[in-house]
Amino acid sequence: MTGGARMRARLRAAAVALVLLAPAGGALAVQPDEVLGDPVLEQRARALSKVIRCLVCQNESIDTSNADLARDLRILVRERLTAGDSDDQVLDYLVARYGEFVLLRPRMTPANYLLWFGPAVVLVLGGAGIALFLRRRQAASAPGDLNAEERARLARLLDEGPGSE
Amino acid sequence: MIPEIGHFALILALLVALVQGSLPMLGAARGRADWMAVARPAAVLQLLLMLTAFLALMQAYLASDFTVLNVAQNSHSAKPLLYKITGLWGNHEGSMLLWILILALFGAAVALFGRNLPATLRARVLAVQAWIALGFLAFTLFTSNPFARVFPPPENGNDLNPLLQDPGLAFHPPMLYTGYVGFSIAFSFAVAALIEGRVDAAWARWVRPWTLAAWCFLTAGIALGSWWAYYELGWGGWWFWDPVENVSFMPWLMGTALLHSAVVVEKRDALKVWTILLAILTFSLSLIGTFIVRSGLLTSVHAFATDPERGLFILVLLCITIGGSLTLFAIRAPALKAGGLFAPISREGALVLNNLLLATGCATVFLGTLYPLFLEAFGGAKVSVGAPYFNATFAPLMVPLIAAMAIGPLMSWKRADMAGVFGRLKFAAAAGVVAALATLYLHSGGPVLAILGMALAAWLFTGAVVEWAERVKLFRIPLAGSWARARHLPRSAYGMMLAHGGLAIAVAGMVAAANWQGEVVRVMRPGETADLAGYSYRFDAVRSLRGPNYTSNMATFTVSRDGRMVAVLTPEKRLYDVQRRETTEAAIHTTGLADLYAVIGDPDGRGGWTVRIFHEPLVPWIWGGVLIMVAGGILSLSDRRLRVGAPVRRRKAAPAAPAAA
Amino acid sequence: MTMRRWLFLSPAVMFTVVAGYFFWGLNPERDPRAVPSALIDKPVPAFELPPLDGIDRPGLATADLTGGQVTLVNFFASWCIPCRAEHPLLMDLAEAGTLPVIGINYRDKPAAARRWLDQLGNPYGRIGADQGGRTAIDWGVSGVPETFVIDGSGRIRYQHIGPMSRWDLENKILPLVEELSR
Repeated sequence: MTGGARMRARLRAAAVALVLLAPAGGALAVQPDEVLGDPVLEQRARALSKVIRCLVCQNESIDTSNADLARDLRILVRERLTAGDSDDQVLDYLVARYGEFVLLRPRMTPANYLLWFGPAVVLVLGGAGIALFLRRRQAASAPGDLNAEERARLARLLDEGPGSE
Repeated sequence: MIPEIGHFALILALLVALVQGSLPMLGAARGRADWMAVARPAAVLQLLLMLTAFLALMQAYLASDFTVLNVAQNSHSAKPLLYKITGLWGNHEGSMLLWILILALFGAAVALFGRNLPATLRARVLAVQAWIALGFLAFTLFTSNPFARVFPPPENGNDLNPLLQDPGLAFHPPMLYTGYVGFSIAFSFAVAALIEGRVDAAWARWVRPWTLAAWCFLTAGIALGSWWAYYELGWGGWWFWDPVENVSFMPWLMGTALLHSAVVVEKRDALKVWTILLAILTFSLSLIGTFIVRSGLLTSVHAFATDPERGLFILVLLCITIGGSLTLFAIRAPALKAGGLFAPISREGALVLNNLLLATGCATVFLGTLYPLFLEAFGGAKVSVGAPYFNATFAPLMVPLIAAMAIGPLMSWKRADMAGVFGRLKFAAAAGVVAALATLYLHSGGPVLAILGMALAAWLFTGAVVEWAERVKLFRIPLAGSWARARHLPRSAYGMMLAHGGLAIAVAGMVAAANWQGEVVRVMRPGETADLAGYSYRFDAVRSLRGPNYTSNMATFTVSRDGRMVAVLTPEKRLYDVQRRETTEAAIHTTGLADLYAVIGDPDGRGGWTVRIFHEPLVPWIWGGVLIMVAGGILSLSDRRLRVGAPVRRRKAAPAAPAAA
Repeated sequence: MTMRRWLFLSPAVMFTVVAGYFFWGLNPERDPRAVPSALIDKPVPAFELPPLDGIDRPGLATADLTGGQVTLVNFFASWCIPCRAEHPLLMDLAEAGTLPVIGINYRDKPAAARRWLDQLGNPYGRIGADQGGRTAIDWGVSGVPETFVIDGSGRIRYQHIGPMSRWDLENKILPLVEELSR
């Protein structure tokens, strides 16, 4: 590594050590003084908090993190809800500032089609593959290859019923 | 002196691995029995050397020898003894040592217990094990040497992360590694089979016990990690779809698929190519998991101190191991002879469906975990894929799987009579409906998926019982006859019943915990009471106390229900001296049907304390259910027939004794 | 190659693709924890911050950044250790005088910030006190230090997350400033 790169790496490591304001354990998350008076709004706030990423933690939502920034964002969410924003508007507000990274549930945009449709595609492809495989195998040993006696024996074997493990 | 011995042992182990990886493989190719015979003693020697290295490091920890850099970085003289021991694997270098030790242990086990294996197969399997060990020994010696010294030694060490100073988490890595590394045997068997050019029922029979053992440990290891998160992190969560959790889950999913498809290879001589691929992929996922955790690729609550240079080394290892085995697969697998036929609607078909759903589930988790990386590489945009994604995509896949789990064991091989099967499952269906209605009643509505989940859990549990009842012909022959049959059922039959039934119980717990958790968060003063889910929590007092390497505030809660005292909870908030880190120690009382969970937070300066109380319905069933699953696996493992090295080949479809899965 | 051969080769091919991404991901330049602001090339958000108590510098508002000159805005705090690491660079910049350096004090106690600036020197022409952290959120800031390059018309052109090194300054920030000033 060049001198500059090494320095940057060291600075980055130091930055990381501090920029992460949340210790990984001891999360206490929502504080009593954040809770809204209106239970319906509070419920919405909690639901929204669960899909908003804590930006200084490692893979937590702001609902479960006790980082300062998480708290600020929780309060912000409640403020906007109290001001009358819809759930989507609150999320848009944050995305406008932090980008899609702040959402724990990726949006359904063309960039994310692979993500959202991937599992179904895998399932369908897998199922099709299996169907093809089975069909090809059945065809490969078509009953026409057997004579009458063999066919009778085959039928008997196949119909031995349950317990013929 | 002793650390040097350990270091030397590591180097020797590398050399032994070199020999073990070359001579037996060449010997098998050339039919030289003397070269092949090197494998067994080499494997045992490697175990002894690794044990030496491990014990050398352990001694350094126990003696708090701070001239060893690893000990100085991760230990402290005031640390309790248990954590001095378990702290050995609480860091990157030490955990690599543990990894390789377990690898050597499995290799030696195959050497010692695999006497019935054909010599060529055994030689090749042990050689492949040695190659893996070679890679990791090189990695450890060149980039992560646990025996590096530091002069002058510091006064005292940096202490272990307080989060890791915990009984649950202390044993989580050994269990997990035994699982990950255990799958290396299946991998070695698969590669050996590809090199030999032959896969048959005998091969599947040999692979199954090792895979089952690895599966049991991995299940226990994952559950232990979840359980730890549940009681330590302070808000009752137990699974977060964090990247490092996901990378432990993927080998588990594929390992489960492997267990099931190996059954088809063994019983019906079919699905050979697919099973070989699964064996390779399962261990590959273990390796990819190791890479992701140690390379700094993704952010996670969990990652070890990361280092891209180490990451590069592991990635190269990965490319050689996974790329090599998959290329070997591409070349050799097409030549494998195809196996038995079966109708789509048959037990084989059901197991194929099982594999399809598990593999798709694994692909989903893989996609979700790595998508942010893929997208970032493509255009620089950063997205997050969190729990909401996985809940939306993975959970629906499990619905047909759990439904099929009750049906599959009742189906016959080759071709099944579905009308009969469904007829026999009417009790299970009834149980499902009852569960759904009960849930609807108890929770007045509730999310649809939750009700479905509870119904499925009941369906599966009853289905497992029905399967057993079928085998013993309960109520169709005199009870004495059923009892006799029950006593003579193979252990693996009970193993399957416990595994499936245990999963049903765990699923019920997961659904309930995810949907009906109750929470109260308040500022309370001593003397006040909070109510939740029918229980009263009276906040009695808070006192400070001093532990071996921490100070703590301990609160006392008296919990009662209908006036009768149920429990006394004492949650703590600790501050560890050396690292100045805080941890919450939640207090949990389990009633069997629910957990009563209390957490103490910070004082508000005016005599009040932030208190968090949770009611966790059916959460104990998660741990209990998984425990039963693992017990089922162990029971199956103890089945004598599984340990026969030379399997009985069945020529025709003779109705043999109930040879259960 | 036949279809069948391709099928058998596909796992190896897929792994190669994945391994490629892994190689890319290991690039030491890449910081998986960095949260890029969504405001690059967008105008500075509307805000108004009071001056820092006891410091002889005016406060900061949006209008101060749209005056036609390229500026450097630095989010800092006294409790932030990496901020110390980059502080000498800011002092050098302030001394050179070509690029106005403006500070936003993030979630800090005024007394602590004052002490910090007294100790290390004050490179900032203006300082806004963002005690609540709300302005930082509006800027898409997720921690300190972060530094922004604002062009003459008040658009955010560059965000540097974490402490700046001399290399960053000389190779990324100053060339951009020069380009924008033309």
